[in-house]
Amino acid sequence: MRNTFLALLIAGVLLARWASAIFGIGLEEQAQLLAAELRCPVCQNLSVGDSPSEMANQMRELVREKLKNGESPEQIRAYFVSRYGEWILLAPKRQGFNWVAWLLPFGAILGGVGVIGFVVHRSVSRSRAPGDAQLPPLDPRYASRLQAELKEWGQ
Amino acid sequence: MATWKKLIVPIVITPILLLLAYGFKTNPRQVPSPLVGNSAPPFALSSFDGGTTGLEQLRGTAIVLNFWASWCFPACFEEAPALEAAWRAYKDRGVMVLGVDIQDREADAKAFIERFKLSFPNGPDPQGRMSIDYGVYGVPETFFITREGTIHYKHVGAVTTQVLQGKIEEML
Repeated sequence: MRNTFLALLIAGVLLARWASAIFGIGLEEQAQLLAAELRCPVCQNLSVGDSPSEMANQMRELVREKLKNGESPEQIRAYFVSRYGEWILLAPKRQGFNWVAWLLPFGAILGGVGVIGFVVHRSVSRSRAPGDAQLPPLDPRYASRLQAELKEWGQ
Repeated sequence: MATWKKLIVPIVITPILLLLAYGFKTNPRQVPSPLVGNSAPPFALSSFDGGTTGLEQLRGTAIVLNFWASWCFPACFEEAPALEAAWRAYKDRGVMVLGVDIQDREADAKAFIERFKLSFPNGPDPQGRMSIDYGVYGVPETFFITREGTIHYKHVGAVTTQVLQGKIEEML
């Protein structure tokens, strides 16, 4: 009985630690993850998380403050979109015309694989073609000579 | 097979051309503000001369809200006289011109105000909250806010007398 209780206790502690490691992201990590999703307005090819600019720094501070005030990541994302538009999100939302940006690379990869497969298949078929193709009937003169030579080789 | 070969080129190229046409049609530097046509975010501005003002206090007044910085050359230098002229021309007609100095040093900002003899209220945005709230990308940017508190127009770059006159008249 005591051993069972001890085993359950250890399992509970391990489970709690595992759950906190998976789900319990700290505020700073959460702020960094959110900042990495936002586009820096003054240096358009960097995220707010990566940019050293003052504006990005101010945005990171605002994200931290909003998280401390209990706002969810969705609410914070929505706030920035309401101010800057969807442009502020480095990854466009999966909706409407944005699907082109999400699916085109996969379509291009599939298309490329298809083209490569087609080209490889065609070249393999061509290399096999001489054996499989219907040959024209052999000239009777050469046929009799071939038979004679084969007999000679056979002996 | 021959028909398929004839079709594959237009099938592949047409969507790419359409996508390129869509991309070339849009100006990558001009990002439309979602705030235009919507309520202006509330703000409280403490000016360099010690006064304070805010959106709520200015209800019923048309506002020209200009974001600038002393290091923003030449655009902010070009527009400063036009803003001062607009302020002098319209201050008695229910228009308020406000300057928000962002990412700047106080001494440099005060020198800028002195240089252009700006008499309308100007104040700093030390934490950048106001500029983020207004979705500011850079300086200068100017927002025209109606008497009802709706953002009527956003101007990116140096604002001219012509734009100031036109947009203020539209709001009055």
